[in-house]
Amino acid sequence: MGEEIEPRIIEGALSLPYRWATGPVGARFLEGLKNKKILGTRCPKCRRVLVPARKFCPRCFVDTDEWVEVGDKGILRTFTIINFSFVGQVRKPPYIVGIIELDGADVGFTHFIGGVDLTDIEKAARELRPGMRVQAVWREERKGDILDIEYFKPVRE
Amino acid sequence: MSGRVAIVDVAQTKHGAPYIRNLTVSDLVYIVVKELLEKTGISIEDLETIITSSSDFWQGSGCSNVFYFDAAGAYLKDSPKVEEDSALGFVYAFMRILSGHFDKALIVAVTKCSEAPSISDITSLNSDPFYQRPVGIEEVTAAGLQAQQYVSRYKLSDEIRAEIAVKNYRNAINNPYAHRRMNLTIDEVLGSEILAYPLRRLEVADGSDGAVAVLISSEEAARKLTDTPVWIRGVGWSVDHYFLGDRDLLEVVSLREASERAYKMSGIRYPRKQIDLAEVCETSTVQELLWYEGLGFCNRGEGWKLIADGVTGMYGELPVNPSGGVLATNPYVARGLIRVAEATLQLKGEAGRRQVPDAETAIAHSTHGAAGSHHTVIVLGR
Repeated sequence: MGEEIEPRIIEGALSLPYRWATGPVGARFLEGLKNKKILGTRCPKCRRVLVPARKFCPRCFVDTDEWVEVGDKGILRTFTIINFSFVGQVRKPPYIVGIIELDGADVGFTHFIGGVDLTDIEKAARELRPGMRVQAVWREERKGDILDIEYFKPVRE
Repeated sequence: MSGRVAIVDVAQTKHGAPYIRNLTVSDLVYIVVKELLEKTGISIEDLETIITSSSDFWQGSGCSNVFYFDAAGAYLKDSPKVEEDSALGFVYAFMRILSGHFDKALIVAVTKCSEAPSISDITSLNSDPFYQRPVGIEEVTAAGLQAQQYVSRYKLSDEIRAEIAVKNYRNAINNPYAHRRMNLTIDEVLGSEILAYPLRRLEVADGSDGAVAVLISSEEAARKLTDTPVWIRGVGWSVDHYFLGDRDLLEVVSLREASERAYKMSGIRYPRKQIDLAEVCETSTVQELLWYEGLGFCNRGEGWKLIADGVTGMYGELPVNPSGGVLATNPYVARGLIRVAEATLQLKGEAGRRQVPDAETAIAHSTHGAAGSHHTVIVLGR
């Protein structure tokens, strides 16, 4: 067993197609995006408006009972500037991901933040701050998926 | 808790691609299980239940354990697999002993990150395909969002973050099993490229190759097998909301829940005083501070003080990650059980140059999921 042998690596890749049902609540939320509306659902118990819309409140474990349209503007809770690549990435780095508190919603919404010059990442980071107002930039041809919102851009009000 | 359960002994590979890159996951499992059996003087026939822990995603094949379960000695045995977090495999084995049906249980965990796509490639698949995956939510991005929130809310300095990395890579120099063993300066950490602002490359745990095995038993069996049993005093685990936006990423509520349960079971009321050392699962520098806070070592937003005052340094009052932690060594699924193994070596007094003197009570902590959604806390004592 002691004899040295050249290491051998076998290479391979996996790529498998899936077809995921969005569920009726997901379908209605995504249809809303097509019409430039961001829809949430309200929990009858804790009264929170949840976005993306949910069938049930994950905290109270009861059915949500009301559809609520929330704003396409909100405030930035936190952000990160991504400067590396990985498989399936939608945008080319560098780009910004943020958590946004949409007007009228009680939970944060994760999406891209755009309209910011990223030639100098640290300079860009200094221009972004939690609490700043942002607004959705909608895709021209909307298809009913989360990328119907291209990104949220900082706005002055 | 009825009856006491002990860790008899542990075995690890010398982690990291340079050492074991050309071995298969099966080779690695065989090496650590063989070593553990030799150390404890038991034969494979003495073991009825063998719990394995690995991930299909990481291995690039379904039923990942079918490729190595026999290397763990599990042919025709009772041998379930726990996916994703090996600390939960440990908890499962613990409950099997408590059930009274088994007096010994082996837990073995393995991952070879050098064979797989990156941590971001893989953890992006943990996100749903509708809302979070398309906007790039994966482990490193989530850690960046969490880190920036910490920096904004508590005005955390770049230097403190870098000091955490310096501490852990430096501690790893004393750990012969560790992968990335480096003596770095704060400037070198802050000079590494931005990965997920504010986090730099050296602040984020990259993958490793490695395997670890742990043998646990009833008190009666342990007394016969070892002079230095390590007792499992308490366990707790909990999981937070799925959507990142539903969580306050700085509240770490599931860690607070998990640690409260483990502390209640083990009678710990003042964690900072009663715990001698902790092995935590920090996938980023900022997470180490958050885990201090969630484990009750300090108040919210004050984790930085433990670094600034050297409390969690090798010679501090409560050393954290004397092994170098996950920044230094990250065989993804195995990292939780490595925390248990390292805490065990400390309590046995067998931690060599990374030994914390007179350690009596230790914590092994593990986390899984974006920005630490699931947490496991294990309290061990001698």
